[in-house]
Amino acid sequence: MDWSLIFELSLKGLIGINAVYFAIAAIGLNVQFGYTGLLNFGQAGFMACGAYGLGMTAHYFEISFWWGIPLGILFSLLLGLLMGIPTLRLRADYLAIVTIAAAEIIRLVVRSVRFKHYFGGSDGINRFAQPFREVGADFGIDQTQLYGFGPFTFTGRELWTMIVGWSLVALIGYLVYKLMKSPWGRVLKAIREDEDAVRSLGKNVYSYKMQSLLLGGVIGTISGMIFALDRGSVQPDNYSRDVTFYILTALVLGGVAKVSGSIIGPMLFWLIFTFLDNFLRQVADKPIKIGNFTIMQSTQVGQVNFMLVGLTLILLMVYRPQGIFGNRQEMAFDGR
Amino acid sequence: MDAETTMSPAARMAREALATCAASPGVAKPDPILVADSVRRKFGGITAVDVDHLEVQRGSITALIGPNGAGKTTLFNLLTGFDSVDEGRWSFDGRSMGRAAPHRMAKLGMVRTFQLTKSLTKLSVIENMRLGATEQIGEKWWNGLIDARWRKQEAAITERAEELLERFKLSHMRDEYAGALSGGQRKLLEMARALMTNPILVMLDEPMAGVNPALKQSLNEHIRGLRDEGMTVLFVEHDMDMVHDISDWVVVMAEGRVIAEGTPDAISSNPAVIDAYLGAHQGRSLLEDQP
Repeated sequence: MDWSLIFELSLKGLIGINAVYFAIAAIGLNVQFGYTGLLNFGQAGFMACGAYGLGMTAHYFEISFWWGIPLGILFSLLLGLLMGIPTLRLRADYLAIVTIAAAEIIRLVVRSVRFKHYFGGSDGINRFAQPFREVGADFGIDQTQLYGFGPFTFTGRELWTMIVGWSLVALIGYLVYKLMKSPWGRVLKAIREDEDAVRSLGKNVYSYKMQSLLLGGVIGTISGMIFALDRGSVQPDNYSRDVTFYILTALVLGGVAKVSGSIIGPMLFWLIFTFLDNFLRQVADKPIKIGNFTIMQSTQVGQVNFMLVGLTLILLMVYRPQGIFGNRQEMAFDGR
Repeated sequence: MDAETTMSPAARMAREALATCAASPGVAKPDPILVADSVRRKFGGITAVDVDHLEVQRGSITALIGPNGAGKTTLFNLLTGFDSVDEGRWSFDGRSMGRAAPHRMAKLGMVRTFQLTKSLTKLSVIENMRLGATEQIGEKWWNGLIDARWRKQEAAITERAEELLERFKLSHMRDEYAGALSGGQRKLLEMARALMTNPILVMLDEPMAGVNPALKQSLNEHIRGLRDEGMTVLFVEHDMDMVHDISDWVVVMAEGRVIAEGTPDAISSNPAVIDAYLGAHQGRSLLEDQP
């Protein structure tokens, strides 16, 4: 077994681009879920808005790549309004149903043959990130050269995306932290506790919930953009339900209603995930058998990994419902 | 419990104004702050509220009593915008209300508390209080990002919140989570938080439910204090001692209707009220009705 390779890849997972885009999406989800108590199960849909906003500039609109940023944000605002207007007046669980369905509808629409002209069907959209990488090159980062030391060695292409990505994590994390310390954030937290009490004190709860949904959605959109820029492509199946639930798992791991939790949670999530994935892959290089009974073979590594992620979440809920950084008194899953 | 021995000027004014009113349901008051006209609300086949006319005198403490299921809380919900009427209209402080959202009612100066106390348990006591202040600059997200815009107002709000906490004897719990308070303290917190909105009409839904006798005394004092500061108080209560003790006027509801109104003394001897509470056959053996 090649332990050094396993550790090298795991450490890269800790700070790699996956952790970046998960962290941004988790900060957004935290605004909605951790602070306001809105059950958004469609964060992947918001991410798709950002990715397709960028992709469609080259593929369909044939305008400058940079227009993709406002375009993606516009898409996510529209999505937020579309989901929020009918459901935010209702009980929290309705939003969960609508968001999970809306995200799936988006995925199915963009991968459909009927709309291939706009969204590129199941192949998605490729080769649009060049203008972004050229900016990196202008800063003197060679796309193909290797940078770094020890296990932390990345190509210039990865490094540039990571620099931009982590800067965005820091900026967005700071802004959300400021907002949650302000009276605005206080109203959101109060809504999480009891809507009617907040209403009786003269706050327009519906408007605040909408603002929270839109803010979290726009942050999710930025996450989708970083993801698309890293891959240099947009593929519809990268925005399926499981992405939302992984992000939720990562958020809960770090601790909800804490900005630090929503950044460190995804990092740890990817550390553990990459470690398990590589470890299992090496273990199951030859099928593991007891007698004639095959326990696991290399093709099942993915599934076993998913099972372990699920187990982690269960154990977390049982033994540390507030996550690693969460404050048990303020926010823990108490099964209300 | 001892009755109000020395009346404050505000109390005397309220009592004198109401002394001129006849003790009949739907009687007009000299200076009403709240007027309801043919307000009706049905739940399925049951008419929960069916009030032809009701006025609440400004600057008074008015009690709303009645047996369980009389529609008191439903009427509260209708007047504060938490529920919408099937028909009817009402006016508050001269402003005609049809369907108003709850937050708008609160901004106009009508604030309510709830039968089941709604303290925001995972916020600290002082944060609960700060939340109550209206027209906060920092509650707009674009202002929230810039400390300088709201720090000054926040300091003023905090100062006012601390004064109120002092008055309600909650200062020592300032930085605790509201979830750490006892049931009675939560009632006090809810009332103090409601006052942060600078209301002109305070609607209390069963302020005494689950409160121990010692605390009841101080709650009584607090409610009288509200009137003495010029606020109008309308409250729902089952504790008849308290109703008799502090209210200037009593409105009795039964089966959704206002069946009687009057001063506390007049109400306690009103046969219709005794009927509603105890049933028409009170005082007689059940066996007498049998053939």
